[in-house]
Amino acid sequence: MFDSLQDRMESAFKNLKGEAKLTEINVAQSIKEIRRALVGADVNYKIAKEFTDKIKDEALGSKNVLKSVKPGELMVKIVMDEMTELMGGQATGINIKGNPGIVLVAGLQGSGKTTFSGKLALFLKEKKSKNPLLVACDVYRPAAIDQLTVLAEQVGCAVYKEPENKNPVEIAQNAIAYAKGHSHDVVIIDTAGRLAIDEKMMTEIRNIKSGIEPTETLFVVDSMTGQDAVNTALAFNDVIDYDGVVLTKLDGDTRGGAALSVKYTVGKPIKFASTGEKLNTLDVFYPERMAQRILGMGDIVSFVEKAQDQFDEEEAKRLEKKIKRNKFDYNDFLQQVNQIKKMGDLKSLMGMIPGMGKAIKDIDINDGAFSKVESIIFSMTPEERGKPDLLNMSRKRRIAKGCGHNIHEINMFVKQFEQMRKMMTQMSKGKGMERMMQQMQQRR
Amino acid sequence: MGFFDKFFTKEKEEDLDKGLEKTKTNIFGKISRAVAGKSTVDIEVLDELEHILISSDVGLDTTIKIIERIEERIARDKYINTKELNDILRDEIVQLLSENNTADLEQFAPVTDKNPYVILVVGVNGVGKTTTIGKLAHQFKKAGKKVVLGAGDTFRAAAVDQLGIWAERVGCDFYSKGMNTDPAAVAYETVQYAMNNDCDIAIIDTAGRLHTKLNLMKELTKIKNSIDKKMPGAPHDVMLVLDATTGQNAIEQATKFTLATEVKSLALTKLDGTAKGGVAIGISDQFKIPIKYIGVGEGIEQLQIFNKRAFVDSLFKGSDTL
Repeated sequence: MFDSLQDRMESAFKNLKGEAKLTEINVAQSIKEIRRALVGADVNYKIAKEFTDKIKDEALGSKNVLKSVKPGELMVKIVMDEMTELMGGQATGINIKGNPGIVLVAGLQGSGKTTFSGKLALFLKEKKSKNPLLVACDVYRPAAIDQLTVLAEQVGCAVYKEPENKNPVEIAQNAIAYAKGHSHDVVIIDTAGRLAIDEKMMTEIRNIKSGIEPTETLFVVDSMTGQDAVNTALAFNDVIDYDGVVLTKLDGDTRGGAALSVKYTVGKPIKFASTGEKLNTLDVFYPERMAQRILGMGDIVSFVEKAQDQFDEEEAKRLEKKIKRNKFDYNDFLQQVNQIKKMGDLKSLMGMIPGMGKAIKDIDINDGAFSKVESIIFSMTPEERGKPDLLNMSRKRRIAKGCGHNIHEINMFVKQFEQMRKMMTQMSKGKGMERMMQQMQQRR
Repeated sequence: MGFFDKFFTKEKEEDLDKGLEKTKTNIFGKISRAVAGKSTVDIEVLDELEHILISSDVGLDTTIKIIERIEERIARDKYINTKELNDILRDEIVQLLSENNTADLEQFAPVTDKNPYVILVVGVNGVGKTTTIGKLAHQFKKAGKKVVLGAGDTFRAAAVDQLGIWAERVGCDFYSKGMNTDPAAVAYETVQYAMNNDCDIAIIDTAGRLHTKLNLMKELTKIKNSIDKKMPGAPHDVMLVLDATTGQNAIEQATKFTLATEVKSLALTKLDGTAKGGVAIGISDQFKIPIKYIGVGEGIEQLQIFNKRAFVDSLFKGSDTL
């Protein structure tokens, strides 16, 4: 029903295609679209207005400067630059210096504080080689302490809790003393969710903060939050003067309207983006990438980084050699599939590729997409997997029986595999790309 | 940014002062300010009205719809005095909320011949499903019903414990197979438990899931089907829990959850915050699903039956000074 911000922006810029230059009229038109897109994506109304007014001035002011650039592209660039600036310019890290470094996590109910705390612990453990201690200071919500305990177990880090103690300030202070004695260099303090208008609870969080003097105070915001994001962000900032913002549930289809609002209103950097159910789905927030994503320009940097996390260079070299000699076989294929699966949710992965976001919006892609391919390969003998040319009709029939798919499906897969192998070999020989394009055109 | 500084600071002070009252008077309080000093409804006033509705999360489409209706009326009746604006707005919003043709509930407990009456509770992460279930069970119990809660959130850490604690608090039955078990099996067996133990109502919790996760939405369909298998026609109610602080994405949520489970009712939570609740108007307009309950606090009693008239009336409270 509601297009994502990305789609709307795309359609806004489509209006500009074919226009020779930016004029009052076509700029005004696309500006209106952009503003509607921003508001539809829950960017605060006032902020959307001010943002688009600025874009308008920029666009009209620059028409004589860059004559060679197409107006649509120029408009994209202006919006992109402005949005990146608005969202915070350079990426900002988390301050965990100190002995121990102390991170205080606060936010509304259900914004995802406890899950984020668990993810942060894993992040600090794996990427920063820290020994974090998770501290359970949500003494109100039923089973909140258990939840953090389970997460700590999954992360493989320690948890500090005092189930009988109802005073979160004391618990936090005791935890820090405990951390010092047990060589924990970072303490992550999970607190109860609270409404900004709940004075008693806001006083409590103020007391926790002044009682422990954290090196980093983070405010957790649900990325699906509407116009109210501005009020809440301001109220929390007034009370705890946080250092940074964490955006959660970004794997949904809201494109971060709240992020724009919060950043604009309080001017604090967004430091982390949380994007999934798995504990390893916490990313450092990169304003530029976020802007690109919102504008439908894809997020190729994140994609490459995710790939780099999983792919091993040696392995890649070995594979390259195999491809060059046309020796790429089903074992290699299976390995590739597994690596892609490790990178995370396939759809969000595809969405990072520029131009793909819109194309795959309504297509069902699930992580089971590979299961058919896998079942076929698993039904081959080790010999067949290593030598794809062995497959004859009788072998294929056996494979079909083994995996439960019919023979046509087997044939289709084998054919696709052969085509892919051919293309890969051609590409690796350099002249490939050109010939491949020709082939593809002929095929049409 | 100077102007906005002032604007937001003022907002916030009011928030902290008025709390819950603010939520209710917000939209119309602002309208009063917008039209103050104007004796007729002109373009400027309508523009301001548009800003106000949008910044209350009413949503672009619904806002435009309301504005158009008012414009039509202006065209028809010519000079409408701004003092009449509130009445017109009240009319339009009540009408939008009434378009799903459902009467508000008269009592918490369902009036039904279904025994047990099965409720499946769904929603995205962190909207307050488990808390709403606890509060609802409490109301059902007060109405003399025998209730069982089924711990179908077998995924989120400690979710089963959380529901178990609520069952204990309420003093109702509790059915669980522990963490990391098949939620469809839990749902099936909860219904079976309700049948075997003469429960009037079974409420089945599910793990929060983003509506964009295809696999998880399919899992919901499976849960629903397994309930139907045990008791044909069940679940009798599929309740989508929405967080009032959520913006326009709530409508997207309603769409996708309806596709997966045929959502039959809504519960709107966290209305005690500064969120304006405008999302309710948008959903009732674009979605013909009734809002049954609203959550207004963390306490066990803080769940109310949604009442269209009262909701709209309370929205208008404070605008009488106009």
